[in-house]
Amino acid sequence: MSDKHMETGEGHIGYPGYFGVFAILVFGTIFTYFSSFWDLDGTLFPGANTLLALAIAFFKMTCVMLFFMHVYWSPRMIWLSAVASLFWLAIMFAYTMSDYFTRSLGVFSV
Amino acid sequence: MQNVDAIGSGIPAIPKDNYLTNGFTLKSWLLTKDHKRIAIMYLISISLFFMAGGLYASAIRLELLTPETDLLTSATYNKVFTQHGILMIFFFLIPSIPAVLGNFLLPIMIGAKDLALPRINLLSLYIYWLGGALTVYALLQGGVDTGWTFYTPYSTTFSNSYVMAVGLGIFINGFSSILTGLNFIVTIHTMRAPGMTWFRLPLFVWAQYATSLVMILGTPVIAITVLLLAIERAVGVGIFDPAIGGDPILFQHLFWFYSHPAVYIMVLPGMGVISELISNFSRKKIFGYEFIAFSSIAIAVFGFLVWGHHMFVSGQSIYAGMVFSFLTMVVAVPSAIKMFNWSATLYKGSISYDTPMLYAIGFMGLFLIGGLTGLFLGSMGLVVHLTDTYFVVSHFHYVMVGGQVIAYLGGLHYWWPKITGRMYSEFWGKISAMLVFIGFNLTFFPQFILGYMGMPRRYASYPAEFQVLNIFSTAGASVLAVGFVMPLIYLMHSLFYGKPAGDNPWMLPGLEWRTTSPPPTENFEKTPVVTWEAYEFGEESGLDLEAARTRDSVTTV
Ligand SMILES: [Cu+2]
Repeated sequence: MSDKHMETGEGHIGYPGYFGVFAILVFGTIFTYFSSFWDLDGTLFPGANTLLALAIAFFKMTCVMLFFMHVYWSPRMIWLSAVASLFWLAIMFAYTMSDYFTRSLGVFSV
Repeated sequence: MQNVDAIGSGIPAIPKDNYLTNGFTLKSWLLTKDHKRIAIMYLISISLFFMAGGLYASAIRLELLTPETDLLTSATYNKVFTQHGILMIFFFLIPSIPAVLGNFLLPIMIGAKDLALPRINLLSLYIYWLGGALTVYALLQGGVDTGWTFYTPYSTTFSNSYVMAVGLGIFINGFSSILTGLNFIVTIHTMRAPGMTWFRLPLFVWAQYATSLVMILGTPVIAITVLLLAIERAVGVGIFDPAIGGDPILFQHLFWFYSHPAVYIMVLPGMGVISELISNFSRKKIFGYEFIAFSSIAIAVFGFLVWGHHMFVSGQSIYAGMVFSFLTMVVAVPSAIKMFNWSATLYKGSISYDTPMLYAIGFMGLFLIGGLTGLFLGSMGLVVHLTDTYFVVSHFHYVMVGGQVIAYLGGLHYWWPKITGRMYSEFWGKISAMLVFIGFNLTFFPQFILGYMGMPRRYASYPAEFQVLNIFSTAGASVLAVGFVMPLIYLMHSLFYGKPAGDNPWMLPGLEWRTTSPPPTENFEKTPVVTWEAYEFGEESGLDLEAARTRDSVTTV
């Protein structure tokens, strides 16, 4: 890592930036807590509450990766690794859900 | 060339300055940043875990000598096979080749002074010790009886054994393999010597790279899964227990998302060792280098898409099962590519049957059986009959022991002269390699038949008609145990009385043979420049071909 931030010792966005990101993360946590009281499952569609909670979690994770883990300022190889790991997560979700979504279809008949 | 000098000067001697003589205090070991010393400490640690796991295995085989539940109670038996599995998988097989042979050799094979992150390497050892100590403590307190798979809802709701403590031990230990994997990937990307291009890397390094990918992508999932299990057990959050809104099958999804790829963590490094042994002891450039290299990567990738084959009879959707079954057949292809390439490498090679090569040939046969019976278990129809029988037990022992343990022993013998600077007794080496092969087959082949006849796994008793084959199996386990104990004796003996091996006892072109045995702390006197291809046995490699031709007269006792 030959980046400039190694010399300054306080990072690309400085302490105000880091505290700003931290504030966003805390806000996301509080928002997740309160959103769980809304009855989205009943008003929108089943699983909507979980989906919203996951969406907030993904947003927070992206903030951590981009700013705390410095991916935003990193070479493309690091971007590639970060995107690949998200792809891996998608595999886990997709294949697991392929079980849940088709389980009720039962056994096919000829 | 140092190796030529060593041969030329007659009797090789142990160099005065090497990594072993660089400090003799306990502190010089415990605070070392030298990858070679860390590997030695791993070697001692995993050997202890292997012995502990082996004692549990002996208890299992002794209990199964008779149809009745007599030596152990059923409850104890449950704990014994669980602990055998946990110790062998998490504390022996997973760190075996990467943390010992990989740690020691990967930097040397690519011409580096050390791993890219030496302190992280030491940290991973301490994490391994911490996780191991916690697990051993929990086992001594009374242990765990869930099976190494920790299936819910038994593990969350019903088992009153030490699930939490052992789970925490495994959770902690997971970070050790994540850090090792991370370290290897960074090292291979950034620390290669001048001229060491990607396609000049030894295939052992490619295998370690693929293994490391699986480690850093898979291990966090098992860590989080065990954590979720602990959360449900401790606070009652409904994740896996249907009574409080969870789904037990979800546990199996998450568990096998890691644990099927973990099978490749356990066998890919073994395949890397075998690629080295087959090519080097045939003195022939490996057939299809690129195919073997990329098949390792393909295994690492496709290995993540097949986990549902452990869940065919668990209530998983039959449609998901069909996809998983198909992909399971697909993932057999890259392993088959390796098998064909190894066979083609042997063809018209100049084969020498030294101890490591005996292990390599054993691996090819045993892994073939282990891999192909995996296809039986990946087909949705047949598996209804075979699920949870001894067929499964036999299948994965053929892969784990017949594959990884045999490859580990082969690799340990092959690099032993490099690691210690001394040769072991070739005679006893060959005897023990053959005992392991015979004992292994005698132990586990009967289990295929038992499983096919319907003997279920994880019971302390069985119908009397299964006894004959079980006696075969227990007898084989005794032979196998002798085969495993013998290397312990003659390798230890060689430490003090072995003939100095010289820099390059096998007369091979790899970088690890171009430094002294044992290597100096910084691995090479000056950074090597690589001008030859991997597995180059001709003039280009700079080897003394005449000396290589007469190697047997130099090294054989
Ligand atoms: Cu599997």
